[in-house]
Amino acid sequence: MVDITQEKVENVGPAEVPEMELYHAHSWWTKYVFCQDAKVIAIQYGGTAVAIGMVGLILSWVMRLQLGFPETFSFISPEAYLQFVTMHGMIMVIYLLTALFLGGFGNYLIPLMVGARDMVFPYVNMLSYWIYLLAVLILVASFFVPGGPSGAGWTLYPPQAILSGTPGSGAGIVLMLISLAFFIVGFTMGGLNYVVTILQARTRGMTLMRMPLTIWGIFTATVLALLAFPALFVSAIMMTLDSVLGTSFFMPAIVEFGEQLAYGGGSPVLFQHLFWFFGHPEVYIVALPAFGVVSDLLSVHARRHIFGYRMMVWAIVGIGALSFVVWAHHMYVSGMNPYFGFFFATTTLIIAVPTALKVYNWTLTLWRGDIHLTLPMLFSIAFIITFVNGGITGLFLGNVVVDVPLSDTMFVVAHFHMVMGVAPILVVFGAIYHWFPLMSGRMLNNAMGQFHFWVTFLGAYLIYFPMHYLGFVGVPRRYWEIGETSFITTPIESLNAFITVAALIVGFAQLVFIYNIIVSVFKGEPAERNPWKATSLEWQTETVPPGHGNFGEEAPVVYRWAYSFSVPGAVDDYIPQNVHPDDVKKIAAAEGD
Amino acid sequence: MWVAIIVVLVALGSLVFHLMTPWWSTEIASNWGSMDLTIDITFWVTGPAFIIIVLFVAYCIYKFRAQSGAAEAAPNSNHKASYEPENKKLEVWLTVGTAIGVAILLAPGLVVWNNYVTVPDDAVEIEVMGQQWQWGYRYPGADGKLGTTDARLVSGDNPFGLHLDDPNGQDDILVEGDDLHLQLGQPVNVLLRSLDVLHDFYVPEFRAKMDMVPGLVTFFWMTPIRTGRFDILCAELCGTGHYAMRGNVVVDEKADYDAWLAEQQTFAQFRASLQDKSKNVKSVAMNDVIEDKTDGGSPVSPVAMNAAMNTVGPMPAHGAATR
Ligand code: HEM
Ligand SMILES: [Cu+2]
Ligand SMILES: [Cu+2]
Repeated sequence: MVDITQEKVENVGPAEVPEMELYHAHSWWTKYVFCQDAKVIAIQYGGTAVAIGMVGLILSWVMRLQLGFPETFSFISPEAYLQFVTMHGMIMVIYLLTALFLGGFGNYLIPLMVGARDMVFPYVNMLSYWIYLLAVLILVASFFVPGGPSGAGWTLYPPQAILSGTPGSGAGIVLMLISLAFFIVGFTMGGLNYVVTILQARTRGMTLMRMPLTIWGIFTATVLALLAFPALFVSAIMMTLDSVLGTSFFMPAIVEFGEQLAYGGGSPVLFQHLFWFFGHPEVYIVALPAFGVVSDLLSVHARRHIFGYRMMVWAIVGIGALSFVVWAHHMYVSGMNPYFGFFFATTTLIIAVPTALKVYNWTLTLWRGDIHLTLPMLFSIAFIITFVNGGITGLFLGNVVVDVPLSDTMFVVAHFHMVMGVAPILVVFGAIYHWFPLMSGRMLNNAMGQFHFWVTFLGAYLIYFPMHYLGFVGVPRRYWEIGETSFITTPIESLNAFITVAALIVGFAQLVFIYNIIVSVFKGEPAERNPWKATSLEWQTETVPPGHGNFGEEAPVVYRWAYSFSVPGAVDDYIPQNVHPDDVKKIAAAEGD
Repeated sequence: MWVAIIVVLVALGSLVFHLMTPWWSTEIASNWGSMDLTIDITFWVTGPAFIIIVLFVAYCIYKFRAQSGAAEAAPNSNHKASYEPENKKLEVWLTVGTAIGVAILLAPGLVVWNNYVTVPDDAVEIEVMGQQWQWGYRYPGADGKLGTTDARLVSGDNPFGLHLDDPNGQDDILVEGDDLHLQLGQPVNVLLRSLDVLHDFYVPEFRAKMDMVPGLVTFFWMTPIRTGRFDILCAELCGTGHYAMRGNVVVDEKADYDAWLAEQQTFAQFRASLQDKSKNVKSVAMNDVIEDKTDGGSPVSPVAMNAAMNTVGPMPAHGAATR
């Protein structure tokens, strides 16, 4: 049960598991490089993810330049465009967002928030990062092989991905597949850690229903990832075999440019099922941690409990479960049995209900709160707006028959950027502004932060909101150039140029953000301990940033949920999870509860 | 204060853009107006929800913002947040309301989908075949039946891979490098096939689309409801020439349609004409994209030549794509 009404002395059971023995680093190398401390691993993950994310960002500028000003940049050939699209999409979804939310925030926050001293398998956790780094390097290497990186689209659909009409169909695609396989191996090592740590290493009193929603989001996302990534893993292996050894898992009889190929009997649609069996949960692997984090940001900065905590937990778990039975909504026009459409449209629209409830509860958390318009709060508000927008266009695409005219158009590009690009990234930013003082002991510069926020939020909205309408017109995605057509009656050049300019400005704002981080790490205003007056355990450590082992001599003992803000009768407007009920300062005149 | 104003402006700006946008669905040319209607219904249900939620957020920001300045928390301020962790009744109402909204979207959607996947009995069959990066079309001919095919049989003198011993195929009409023609008001079941990779037959004015998958025959059906010449686009990434894989479809009155169809070659006529020409074609310079490699130096199909010459846009050659 949740401590909704609380403040009786809760009985806190004795420790059942003895304190874990920590691995202590002995040299500079094991302390900062081959480090087993989840906090260091988190920063390694985060730094690598942001670095490769910058590559993804730069690729997006180049693509936008081509779309906004076609025939201006001769270095963007049709081949190169497709390669940029592919690498951009894959980098953003997998190597940036998945790695950042789970490897980055997961590693940093899980042990701290559940009151553990570290992950339960620190060595495997360390390996996880190094394998991730290897995966990133293999991916980057594909830029430099003959033929360049794959241009098959981030969905990598065969037969196209491994046939010669697609750029990078030789070494490029094979490196992509191998890199993905390594990513998954590395992720699995980390993922098992996150799950076991949350289940087994919570401190005394930290019941599941007292965990902050951040942990619930990361936990559920990790379970999804552990179940979904294997589908991508096998399809990557099978496609590698098709490409290298000439097997035909996904390859039917094919006549390529007039020439009969030796393939036969395989199924391209099978690949799509495997891909989206992974790919749809992947959307939630990115979204659920964002849901969790934003719940906590909203609560802390509105000085109010999250509204409907139990409902929020069950919505996360329910969305996670449902996300495994909606995958074929990406395949309505794939040529699969059309009767699947009925089933998958229904499941997809059902998922909208728990999702909408989460939105209501976020807004109801603001309602009658005491809203501090800090940067984390601003980013959270922007998240709500962009997420609602992107969620609603999901109702268009999920409703099978509406998807028919809109699939594979710019509407889809606008939709998924809004819902899984912009919205979660806004949460990432909010989270960084929120936890940076914990990680570094310093505050980020507020003026630069304000600039970053407004340009990013409004700019991204201006990029993607009008883009939906190009989809209604019928402009297809993954087009190097649309050229002359008869169906576009109102010219779209001006809109495309506008979007490109907006994208470049938004991109520039990210440089300001990175500059802010670098400067603030060294020169930022020193942060107070717990500057946001938050209740969760990560802020109750002895030192900031928390040292090796996270907590002092005694691990914290938890007496309540993480949302005791503005509790009636208490003097302070927040009561940390680990403050003994007898130590809570009460207003003398109050009911004396 | 101004944060709330900006949030309001985001909502109103979106609404104004939606109402004033010059970019909107093309004038429809098929029977799938019901898809447009479903889109409208979706807008009517979700649009107000979006506006209401965003305005509610703006209201909360305005009404419940802390008075004590942005950065520091304000313990003991008289502006303390209210404490009401759950409200069962409200949550149930919101769930029910959302479920109703979702049902309003889904129900008509499924009805229209049912129509989309149920081909009417009076639909005539035609075939669209995709290959990198061009379209080919096949009509059933006088017997009204398309002959069976097999990708393994595709060669320069059998570009569609028809079974030579299938009598239904002999009178099939083959069109490559020319427009697709459809008859006004006549329901068609468009059978879709690909020789190499995924493609997707997409005409924005028809609304309908479906992927073409090598190894499968997929389909959609539609009835053209207005005459005109429309763009065909490929809507599934199919390699370097994806953006240039264009074609045109012409919707004709019956008389024009019949006249056009009568001019086209049947499979049997096409094979006969090949025999005549086989001696003197060698001199034609062909690029290797469409060269028939099955028997070196043998006849090159005029159909394929035709296709090569009619290809739209700066088509990247096979060699350029592999490099
Ligand atoms: C300001 C930032 C961004 C800009 C300007 C941008 C721009 C683009 C453009 C122009 C395309 C290609 C559209 C097409 O021709 O089909 C694209 C594709 C894509 N983007 Fe982004 N993007 C941005 C951020 C992101 C983020 C954060 C994500 C993370 C989810 C993301 C995920 C994708 C994916 C998955 C694709 C599809 C790739 C494919 O079609 O295979 N993008 N983006
Ligand atoms: Cu999905
Ligand atoms: Cu294509």
